[in-house]
Amino acid sequence: MPVYIKGMGNISPQKTWGNDPLLASPSDYSGNRLTCIEPDYGQFVDVRQLRRMSRIIKMGVAAGTMALREAGITTPDAIITGTSFGCLEDTGIFLSKMIENSESALNPTPFIQSTHNTIGSQIALLLQCQGYNQTYTQRGFSFEHSLIDAILELKDNPNQNILAGGVDEITTHSHSLQKRFGIFRENSSSLNLLRQAGDGTINGEGAVYLALSGEKSGNNNICVEAVSTFYNSRKLTASVKDFFESTSLGYADVDLVLMGKTGVGKWDRALEAVATALFPKASLGVFKHLCGEYPTASAFATWLAARLLREERIPEIVFEKNAERPLRNILIFNSYFEKYHSLVLLRTC
Amino acid sequence: MDQLMADLKRQIIEALNLKHLKPEDIGDDQPLFVEGLGLDSIDALELIVLLQQQYNIKMANPQDGPQIFRSVKTIAEYIKTTQTA
Amino acid sequence: MKGRVYVAGTGVISAIGNSIPETLKSFENHSSGIGKVSLFDTIHENTLPVGEVKIPNTQLADNLSVNSSLSRTALLGIQAAREAVAASRVNVSKWRTGLISATTVGGMDKTENFFVDFLKNPSKGRLRNVVHHECGSSTELIADDLGVNGFISTINTACSSSVNAIALGARLIRHNILDVVIAGGTDALSKFTMNGFNSLMILDRNPCRPFDAGRNGLNLGEGAGFVVLVSDTVKEETRLKPSCFVSGYANTNDAYHQTASSPEGRGSFAAMQKALAMAELSPENIDYINLHGTGTLNNDLSEGTAVKRLYGDNYPRLSSTKAFTGHTLGASGGIEAVFSIMALEQQCVFPNLRFETPIPEIDMKPQLSFESDIKVNHVMSNSFGFGGNCSSIIFSRM
Repeated sequence: MPVYIKGMGNISPQKTWGNDPLLASPSDYSGNRLTCIEPDYGQFVDVRQLRRMSRIIKMGVAAGTMALREAGITTPDAIITGTSFGCLEDTGIFLSKMIENSESALNPTPFIQSTHNTIGSQIALLLQCQGYNQTYTQRGFSFEHSLIDAILELKDNPNQNILAGGVDEITTHSHSLQKRFGIFRENSSSLNLLRQAGDGTINGEGAVYLALSGEKSGNNNICVEAVSTFYNSRKLTASVKDFFESTSLGYADVDLVLMGKTGVGKWDRALEAVATALFPKASLGVFKHLCGEYPTASAFATWLAARLLREERIPEIVFEKNAERPLRNILIFNSYFEKYHSLVLLRTC
Repeated sequence: MDQLMADLKRQIIEALNLKHLKPEDIGDDQPLFVEGLGLDSIDALELIVLLQQQYNIKMANPQDGPQIFRSVKTIAEYIKTTQTA
Repeated sequence: MKGRVYVAGTGVISAIGNSIPETLKSFENHSSGIGKVSLFDTIHENTLPVGEVKIPNTQLADNLSVNSSLSRTALLGIQAAREAVAASRVNVSKWRTGLISATTVGGMDKTENFFVDFLKNPSKGRLRNVVHHECGSSTELIADDLGVNGFISTINTACSSSVNAIALGARLIRHNILDVVIAGGTDALSKFTMNGFNSLMILDRNPCRPFDAGRNGLNLGEGAGFVVLVSDTVKEETRLKPSCFVSGYANTNDAYHQTASSPEGRGSFAAMQKALAMAELSPENIDYINLHGTGTLNNDLSEGTAVKRLYGDNYPRLSSTKAFTGHTLGASGGIEAVFSIMALEQQCVFPNLRFETPIPEIDMKPQLSFESDIKVNHVMSNSFGFGGNCSSIIFSRM
């Protein structure tokens, strides 16, 4: 059952909010850490409420509000959030103070704000939304599961507006820690990450929310057709083929595959092998050179895919292979480390 | 007492991240909770920590909070009383 | 496509037992698991009682024949999930099987030790102690142990997490996306949570007294509780004889305050009401309510108010089992779902320990003793968390 995207909000390392044309002047980063370009949060939250919100909460609240404003909705019926790392800044603050102060005289605020569900529940509190509220935290599937949940809810009750999103942040601590796992590369141009030789990716972050509904309105709708996640798949190609059984598309009909290539050779080769074998006639695109690699990067990809469908064009910066096809649908084919693969299919409807 | 209240106002603004306020915006007798500044139960806990960190006063019973934290003046009075005890 | 969602098996580990049979014995004997923390050092060890699983990690790992470097959350989860799967006698690889877990701390029990070295120098600290920090990682470890590929997920909505995990499992089966779902939650004690809750001044320095007028806060606990849910098809083909099924569930948000519940318990009231509506039951059909009942001034009054709004003075037998286990945070929904199912299977209800005086505003008297040989057809379990996340679930006897 297709689910319609009524509005979107995106705060990312690119200028993805406001009225700027899509990727008009993409930001290029050196080093291995991308940082979000953030709006003035005073436009989204009263300054007296902002005081207790950490950066990731502000990002989530702002992206959620952007999506609702675009959709013309004041209060959604449900709020579903995906975040793998949760509220890292506050977790780090509380943990540090606990150790430094030997467990004495600890401020409660960072502890309260450290739980993963703080993002979604802050949005609910601000909007007085007493409906369904959920938070997923399954690493590279966190955003996809918030989408799957929204789709299930809308199947049962299409006459609802659901806010579904994916949010993750980088902090100083988290970046120094992640670096030690050896997956990043020192990089002079993030935009050329996937064109340059080298092995390694770059750290990213972002907040995306979509306002979804089970009901069409007017023409030129963009819908989420299907979403699937595969943990530790032993037969990925077969799983991808099966995915299309539940949709109204055949896999030969895919116009653009947005691949979650990262710059890490062995991950990318595996992903590309399946993509090129199954979709030889499709255009191929990439997105992690724009947003970096992080567990909910597929949320950025979904936003991007929806924008591409809305504008019926693919900027050069996204292309890896231009098959000169009309753009009516996009398959996001993401991978996160070795064991996570996911598919999100969007189309115009 | 005036100095203590001035210090307290500054410390409260910092501890509770009330960036939109300056010390002179907080009246000595102004209610801090519910009305007035509109602080809540989490702020009350933060004030308990403030007392411990800045004034070495350990407030064992959070139930005493509403009375002590009614205004900057009542907090100052509590500090003065506890410190001379 | 809908159909029923059956409970084929359950597994649990907590301060009152390392298995279903041990747990039932503790209930029968009114034997609480609250005591002094013994498995890690903290300045609070003599002041804050907890519901600790009395087995160190090395022993847990040894019992399970797994690597002892796994986080405690993962070890507890593996223990309970294995018990549930074994009890179900379902062959997980034969079906479209998913695992949905829930946790609030993830691998924090290891991370907080890693951080001591890391804070002094970012190049210090052993990476293997932090590689499974994320909530989703503990779920991967449980999935890998059970041999579940395909659909795995983790929910973190604070204390309502694992009820939401079970509800999601039921939904995936009803929508014919999965045939079998292992669902529940796990959380280990950690200094992080002990200090966090202590900073909120809601921990009782004595064993907790849920729903008592003199209650003074909660005791933290740890553990894991999982259920195996199966579809009609699986039930028919494997000729299973499940004891009960999931008849209703609901997820609402109180939207009142980040940590406090609304005085009228609007979120909890709505969750109970919606779960009943989904189950097509009236309040009087419920034979036992396993309350969230943490023992805090706020929760018990708010929850009690909501129950009174639903029932007036004609409320069913009800109790909080947290006086036995402590508050197991993300695992509480899963553990208490297992207790609810136990009540249906054994036709019993559990006592609310250390209760003496009703809360004056609501005058509610919980179940005081373990009672069996009574009719228990429908059990409701409540789980309410920070962030206003309120969930209720109803299990019904076959």
